[in-house]
Amino acid sequence: MSAVETGVAVLEARGLVKRYGSVTALDGADFDLRPREILALIGDNGAGKSTLIKALSGAIAPDEGQILLNGNPMHFRAPLDARRHGIETVYQDLALAPALDIAENLFLGRELRRPGVLGIVFRMADRQRMLREARTHIANLKIRVGSVTQPVETLSGGQRQGVAVARAAAFASRVVIMDEPTAALGVKESGQVLDLIREVREHGVPVVLISHNMPQVFEIADRVHIMRLGRRVATITPKSHTMAEAVAYMTGATSFKTET
Amino acid sequence: MARLNRTGTEEASVLARARALSTLGPLLALILASVFFTTRTDRFLTSDNFSLIFQQIAVVGIIAIGQTLVILTAGIDLSCGAVMAFGTIVMTRLAVTHGLNPFEAIALGVAVCTGFGALNGLLVTGLRLPPFIVTLGTLNIAFALTHITSNEETIANLPVPLTFFGDTFRLSQTSITYGSVLALGLALVTWFVLTQTIGGRHIYATGNNPDAARLAGVRTRRVLIAVYTSAGLLYGIAALVLIGRTGVGDPQAGQSDNLDSITAVVVGGTSLFGGRGGVVGTLIGTLIVGIFRNGLQLMGVAAIY
Repeated sequence: MSAVETGVAVLEARGLVKRYGSVTALDGADFDLRPREILALIGDNGAGKSTLIKALSGAIAPDEGQILLNGNPMHFRAPLDARRHGIETVYQDLALAPALDIAENLFLGRELRRPGVLGIVFRMADRQRMLREARTHIANLKIRVGSVTQPVETLSGGQRQGVAVARAAAFASRVVIMDEPTAALGVKESGQVLDLIREVREHGVPVVLISHNMPQVFEIADRVHIMRLGRRVATITPKSHTMAEAVAYMTGATSFKTET
Repeated sequence: MARLNRTGTEEASVLARARALSTLGPLLALILASVFFTTRTDRFLTSDNFSLIFQQIAVVGIIAIGQTLVILTAGIDLSCGAVMAFGTIVMTRLAVTHGLNPFEAIALGVAVCTGFGALNGLLVTGLRLPPFIVTLGTLNIAFALTHITSNEETIANLPVPLTFFGDTFRLSQTSITYGSVLALGLALVTWFVLTQTIGGRHIYATGNNPDAARLAGVRTRRVLIAVYTSAGLLYGIAALVLIGRTGVGDPQAGQSDNLDSITAVVVGGTSLFGGRGGVVGTLIGTLIVGIFRNGLQLMGVAAIY
């Protein structure tokens, strides 16, 4: 790895190793995410995608290896650490509190306080400001919902995922990580979420996307990071390779020669 | 697009209204029950009877406020009545038998109840046991301590500060105890915390989806410990109000208050699965339970039912 390349990557990992007893989930995995790109992460079950994502988002600590954010070494001990550094993660299904409304969910865990004594002593929430800002975030990503005071349980699956993405995008200054954001959605709703992901990239934040859906990956990704047996075996682009080739790398039918 | 937006907001306003309606059902039941009892017995709608109802429900009302907090986190607190009973014995024993300054006795009694609440919270979060099991255990501990420390005796001849909340003042025709006013004040404070503060949002979120709350950065264990401890504090205050109402320290008190308070909370529209409901509903629920009990008695239904 040259110094120039290190400077280019927003988020980078070198030689990550993670073992669970006798199982090696990550076996010297590398990773790099460039500015303003959508990077898809694919691999067979057990290839180490989730473990890699967990290490990058601070949910687990790797046994060996290094994680660099804008070239600076990071040691995340909890997801909150990663969040403080501008890395937001959208989880597949356990992200929202259904009885709370959209604005409350957007600001959950980082509510805005009223100015002055009311906020500092009584910890009063600044509901009006949160509603205003929630409307802005929802509008920025062109998510179609009636009102931000609507409880999340009244939304469709696609709208809910939209709220989860909006929350990540609103607070992510560096990276958004999404774990199978379309897995539970229908075709039309998946399309809406893909549009959202593009919208996040347009706002200047790179996106890491885990997906099993190959056509989707090839539709949306700028680059595709392929994992096999706990390592990165290839990074390709949808323009230079076909889906069949990608599957061949995933399964080990062919091995990759040149790094892109 | 414009049309889509319009239907969207219309839908949303309907939903917002539906959400506000959640306390309307219990309120309607309350009104219907009042009308029913007014037509069946002419003693029901009198100021004397209503001052009696308010006295009767003040204690269970305060307990139900604590129970509301716990149930909003998808928990349940079975220990509330027993903890309150132990609180009354601690206060009266210390003040009467040990001759402690009554205010110190009150403070210690409230502190003991708060401690029980904190113990519940620590066991629920630390051992990750279901709240049902934890509070069943602390119920038995508090029950045993009550009987050991009281020698099964009712403690009487209490100094004035202990019975203050049983005193009344007149509001036009109705005499109202200070205990009822205190209950209302506590409900108001709890309403403020639940609806206006960040801590309140975190209570709802923790009850509604604990995993999501934790991943969003809510310190859910801290929320749970705070909730159970606050509930314990409320049971301690309920103990003082109970002493005011009965004028004695009674080891047999509070044995059905856990079920009564849960009934009041649930009748008031708070979900046992957590995250939905609130203290306004509990206030209405407590009134419904109190009015049914009183009205049926006035109609001559035997108390045992």
